[in-house]
Amino acid sequence: MAQVVERPERYVGGGVPRKEDPELITGQAKYIDDINVQGMLWMAFVRSPFAHARINGVDAARANDMPGVVAVYSGADLADDWAGGLPCAWPIAGRSFPEPTTEDPRMPNHWPVAKDKACFAGDPVAVVVADSRAHAKDAAELVDVDYEPLDAVVDPERALDEGAPQIHEDLDSNEAYVWSMNNGDVDKVFSEAALVVKERYRHPRLIPNAMEPRGVLVVPAPAQEEYVLYSATQVPHILRTTLAMSLGIPESKLRVIAPDVGGGFGSKLNVYSEEAVGLALARKLNAPVKWIEERSENYLATIHGRGVIQDMEVAATEEGKILGVRVKLLADMGAYLQLVTPGIPILGAFLYHGVYDVQAYSFTCQSVFTNLTPTDAYRGAGRPEATYAIERIVDALARRVGRDPVEIRRMNFIAPFDQPREVASGLQFDSGNYGASLDKALDMVGYDLLRKDQAERRQRGDAKQLGIGLSTYIEMCGLAPSQVLAALKYGAGGWDAATIRCLPTGKVTVVTGTSPHGQGHVTSWSQIAADALGVPIEDVEVLHGDTAISPLGMDTYGSRSLSVGGIALHFAAEKIRDKVKKIAAHELEVSEEDLEWTDGKFQVRGAPDKAKTVADAAFSAWTAHSLPEGMEPGLEATFVFDPPNFTFPSGAHICAVEVDTETGLVDIVKYVAVDDCGNQINPVIVAGQVHGGIAQGIAEALYEEAVFDENGTLTTSHMGYYRVPSAAELPSFDIDSTVTPSSTNPMGVKGIGEAGTIAAPPAVVNAVIDALQPLGVNHIDMPVTPERVFSTIAEAKGGRQ
Amino acid sequence: MNGARLEAEVEPRQLLVYFLRDNLNLTGTTVGCDTTSCGACTILVDGKSVKSCTMLAVQADGTEVTTIEGMAKDGELHPLQRAFHDNHALQCGYCTPGMIMAAAGLIQRGGDMSEDDIRLGLEGNLCRCTGYHNIVKAIQQAAGEMKSSATV
Ligand code: FES
Ligand code: FES
Repeated sequence: MAQVVERPERYVGGGVPRKEDPELITGQAKYIDDINVQGMLWMAFVRSPFAHARINGVDAARANDMPGVVAVYSGADLADDWAGGLPCAWPIAGRSFPEPTTEDPRMPNHWPVAKDKACFAGDPVAVVVADSRAHAKDAAELVDVDYEPLDAVVDPERALDEGAPQIHEDLDSNEAYVWSMNNGDVDKVFSEAALVVKERYRHPRLIPNAMEPRGVLVVPAPAQEEYVLYSATQVPHILRTTLAMSLGIPESKLRVIAPDVGGGFGSKLNVYSEEAVGLALARKLNAPVKWIEERSENYLATIHGRGVIQDMEVAATEEGKILGVRVKLLADMGAYLQLVTPGIPILGAFLYHGVYDVQAYSFTCQSVFTNLTPTDAYRGAGRPEATYAIERIVDALARRVGRDPVEIRRMNFIAPFDQPREVASGLQFDSGNYGASLDKALDMVGYDLLRKDQAERRQRGDAKQLGIGLSTYIEMCGLAPSQVLAALKYGAGGWDAATIRCLPTGKVTVVTGTSPHGQGHVTSWSQIAADALGVPIEDVEVLHGDTAISPLGMDTYGSRSLSVGGIALHFAAEKIRDKVKKIAAHELEVSEEDLEWTDGKFQVRGAPDKAKTVADAAFSAWTAHSLPEGMEPGLEATFVFDPPNFTFPSGAHICAVEVDTETGLVDIVKYVAVDDCGNQINPVIVAGQVHGGIAQGIAEALYEEAVFDENGTLTTSHMGYYRVPSAAELPSFDIDSTVTPSSTNPMGVKGIGEAGTIAAPPAVVNAVIDALQPLGVNHIDMPVTPERVFSTIAEAKGGRQ
Repeated sequence: MNGARLEAEVEPRQLLVYFLRDNLNLTGTTVGCDTTSCGACTILVDGKSVKSCTMLAVQADGTEVTTIEGMAKDGELHPLQRAFHDNHALQCGYCTPGMIMAAAGLIQRGGDMSEDDIRLGLEGNLCRCTGYHNIVKAIQQAAGEMKSSATV
């Protein structure tokens, strides 16, 4: 079998086929529901059908009599099982940045099973444990809960009304927090500016819809009071630490494993009731306990995204030069503060001026509780909101001053830069060349021809009007320098770790603290390690997602994995090479200065036949027969990287739509994306991330919305009612990139996981508004459904009569 | 069942997808919804693609069932499996078995395989990761190969 493989000169930058695929395309993957153990019990949750209700009692008599039932617990029954409630790790509130704030938000108690009150439809009020999935489910339907329904807060704009129902009685208001920041003399700039454009934008609540629902399996080892917790999670490390605290279990006794995970998009970046309850019941019952979420349950019990109302203002000169940006948000937290709920709007706080050079900037976010499913991170988290607001209003400004959207952008872009540059929000952008990606995108889309076609249709009064929408976005990834996170009151650091272990046979094990669930880290990390160590990619094994194997890590979210975890790997490889160099010098009896790293090995300058590979050194380090004086045996290195700055990917997306003004149907005829994520490790994986991101962005713009009735009942309650687009609704994408290396890290990488989702919504909505210009339409909210287009046209016509 | 004869007793209320997963340990077929919306559970029954969460196990009596585990033959990947790999048509992989089986059904049905035909044909299968772009490319590649070598 031992095949000698020729190494290409460089793996990094090539579209190496994914190492992850073989098990995924043959059905051999192991997702959480594919893992079963002997004697396993099943949990099923009883969830409140009411958005807001007092729980006067839970009667489990009928459920207990059902076949296979082991136990039924209410919130009150489990009250003593918690050392603390479910964690919120981002308690941001108050004012000012970069000086840290000392204020806290209002933090409600969040028990894994509600005790006295259910605060959203879907809040768990009891849990049934039985010997099979079906038995647990059947019995859960027979738990009798005595609910006393209360008035619910459904509309965030009504949450602070006088007389609004108080959601958490341990708090004095439904306001979670207000956070603000201010740079420059904003009021002066606005009062003196020639013109001010002000608009209001709404971001619907979205349901993340990772194709694999959540699930958890906890296997106890009672004799040692140890637990192995498997979860379909993005964050095994964070889960371990927080669950140990919530349950009072020594962290060293808890091992968390993320098996193959079927997508996350932020929805699995959390610490959920079911995980805490599973652990508590495995401890209580000394038996393995499993729970698998059903899709309709997922719509209630897994976090939602967005849910933000924006009052956005720009001050500008008569020509359209933007001087200041002022934004006020109202953010819907939902019923509780989940892991990073309060921080999500703040992830966008620094980006509402986009890629434009402005003097003054202010941002305020007021966040309120509602009786709805909690919101939290959904792909893009805060940044799609910011991008949408600025890209919409720049178009509005262009209309106001009578300029083309391309022109208005060009005259306001921050000029190209390759070293950190302070921007209006107070952060340092790492590098950027915004005009370059726009130029390329215009070229690809055939902008002038499209405008010509548009003009002709307008002239003809065509029923099908053409619209062109631009989005020149910026985002921030690589969360982040730990000190900045401290100023933002984030509860953890922003570092990540990598370990490289060179085995005596020359094979290499890489251990990463990131936790991929579709992003292809195994492949990309192998490329990085293989190049850095001069080994064939087949010789690199990448391990992740198990706290016993990879004790140090901060997991995968916010497009941070490459720009933090990947850089940790880069530096770990440098440490390995330093040691290899010492061993090589010793064995070749030359000084280190005489060695150079060429063709994946250290060779003596001018004497290429005298050389040592990493494999040679690994063997020497293992036998330890003649290492340099005082050197530790073994060839292994760990590096923990705390980035000095964020990274700021950017790019230009252009969407062309055909809007049928008679039916309201929107058809995307062209979608072009030019993204700049700095240097690329694997362009094929990058393209895949862009495609998927754009699809989710288009979905937000045109199709998706979680809708509730006036009682707080989710009416888009299952996949048949919530429109996740299929292939039939989406176009192919024409994508390319520009490369402006990041100044934040030595590989010059930025991040690409969320770019498409951030960029797409304003490109699509701007295109629709552009198409409807002849009809006098200047605004439409997402999702741009045919009904909404139709009624907006009707309104515009009515308004003009 | 994947080319072999299988006899089993099943509970009348058991869905085919759970029979495959729980009784036969063929966990390649995944479950993504409870309303027959996502297509993750797609398999072939007598050569036609079927959502195995909409069918009772007893209804499969006397039929020929193929799941993702039965696609590779003699250690050779099926052209669709290869094409998905070659074209980066999967990320998390959760929808992939269902996509591949739906595509197999589509190709089996014959007819044109233009981009639009494929997109329409995949209407019942959701993927949240790939945006479908590369899935469509992969199916086009595989359909072309299968046509020229006439292996289905
Ligand atoms: S599991 Fe979703 S269609 Fe069968
Ligand atoms: S690859 Fe993740 S859902 Fe399709």
